[in-house]
Amino acid sequence: MSTVIFLVDHAGGKVAKATGELATFAKTIGESVAIVFAANPAEIVSQLNTFSVDKVITATGDWDKNGAAAIADGLSQIIAAKKPNALLITSSANGKEIAGRVAVITNSGIITDAIGVDKELITTQSVFGGSTTVHSVVTTGTPIITLRANSIEPVATTSTPPVEEFAVTLSEAAKLATITSATPVVKGGRPDLTEAAIVVSGGRGTNGDFKPVEELADALGAAVGASRAATDAGWYPHSHQVGQTGKTVSPQLYVAAGISGAIQHRAGMQTSKMIVAINKDPEAPILELADFAVVGDLFNVLPQATAQIIARKG
Amino acid sequence: MKIAICIKQVPDSWAEKKMAAGVLDRANVDAVLNDLDEYAVEEGLRIVEANSPTKEAGEGSGHSITLISMGPERATEAIRKALSMGADDAILISDMALAGSDALATSLVLAEVIKKGNYDLVLCGTESTDARMSVVPAMIAQRLAWAQLTFAGKVKVDLAASSVEIERVTEFGNQVMSAKFPAVLSVIEKINEPRYPSFKGIMAAKKKTITTISLADTGVAASSVGSSAAWSAVKDALPRPARGAGVKFTDDGHGGEKLVEFLVEKRLA
Repeated sequence: MSTVIFLVDHAGGKVAKATGELATFAKTIGESVAIVFAANPAEIVSQLNTFSVDKVITATGDWDKNGAAAIADGLSQIIAAKKPNALLITSSANGKEIAGRVAVITNSGIITDAIGVDKELITTQSVFGGSTTVHSVVTTGTPIITLRANSIEPVATTSTPPVEEFAVTLSEAAKLATITSATPVVKGGRPDLTEAAIVVSGGRGTNGDFKPVEELADALGAAVGASRAATDAGWYPHSHQVGQTGKTVSPQLYVAAGISGAIQHRAGMQTSKMIVAINKDPEAPILELADFAVVGDLFNVLPQATAQIIARKG
Repeated sequence: MKIAICIKQVPDSWAEKKMAAGVLDRANVDAVLNDLDEYAVEEGLRIVEANSPTKEAGEGSGHSITLISMGPERATEAIRKALSMGADDAILISDMALAGSDALATSLVLAEVIKKGNYDLVLCGTESTDARMSVVPAMIAQRLAWAQLTFAGKVKVDLAASSVEIERVTEFGNQVMSAKFPAVLSVIEKINEPRYPSFKGIMAAKKKTITTISLADTGVAASSVGSSAAWSAVKDALPRPARGAGVKFTDDGHGGEKLVEFLVEKRLA
């Protein structure tokens, strides 16, 4: 039977939702083993009880001190000792860097930004702004695969997997960069952009007024995104930019308001399951992409939709 | 201080991209300097200018900026652009054997070239707009066993202490990270506003040296690079089926309500 290890992503003592997806993928392939790097692993392990986890390996340490280099070093030592069939990591900036370093250390192939992986470890990626679907397989070493959030519905189970502590001795090279201070993202009431099931984005058409976008997002329990035009204009923070040079999202529902849909923007949202677009310009390319398109003024359409949703909720 | 900046020529991100024989068809699209690398070039120039007696990069500064790129002969176009911004010289690793190299092979070749240059800092963009893996800077740092300071939104170099501090900007928040030279940095696009090459810069760039080297010059074996040596293989690449034609209508005053009806029908609201 195959054994698949996956990196548990956590910040501020809370396990990221996307980790449940990794557990689900791991379980469909074989034995699912969660790897926890934390100063206090028990706090993290207790949150894995609802995931598809057969076993947990913990490595206790000050993992916030040296960043990706240290975690990559630790993961590589676990791979050398446990010889798993694959390593899964969430496709975040940090996750991909860790994956890249593990690939170098273990001389293994790496596939990033997959949206699926099957029993044979064949991955699915959606490239060139979602216009092409690629199936690939790692041919050397331990396949290292990073998976985008929202790629699979996590299977919820209840389990109390056995926990094994693994002793990592960090190499000098992993300790070269030091994190001297950290400021976590100030969380608003909204979900994370890359993890959200629904994203409502605004672009040039908002003219700098994101209020109708935010109000619809809040009514839907959605995250707020923005096009590059909007972030470049300083209308919305860069951390919310969706597109080629920003975040890639693939939520259940993507609402594009006042966004024309340039290829760079589409690259960041084209794999969304359902796309709704509102644009004044009947020629806007985003309207062709949308499952539901309204040619109209977002300042009329969005508030009306928001009011309707709130009314339905009673 | 010796600075190296890794740059890449990529297909214009406005162009439609297609696959040919399992890899991106690069021959038939316009090629440009990866725009995320321009931020690295700009930041390199600013680091030198801040530590130069003449407040300018170039000969009188006492520092040097070398561009390093891997790609076909035509990548010199992208290199000239970065030279015209103010970098001093460039190394282009160009070899047919490198065609189809993945991130592991690319980082291997770049690391070998960097090793020979005795650099203090290596700067990169966060990703190329074609492959978008965003792993090469981290891989280079791992291969060189140098400090990795990536996703920098701010860079502070302390020349006297031979150290560098960055503010790392990621989706989980910001971190201040520091390390001694040598270090590999990547910079995000909000770090600066890349300069446009001046006329003087463009003229000067024509005289700057681009040293083209082959794979053999790097000391990396041909068996470690190229598509045949890739650590992973593409099984197939298919155009995504076109999305089914959606509903499109002009707002008649009830656009918002109809939108909600649609969402309710799809169980999304």
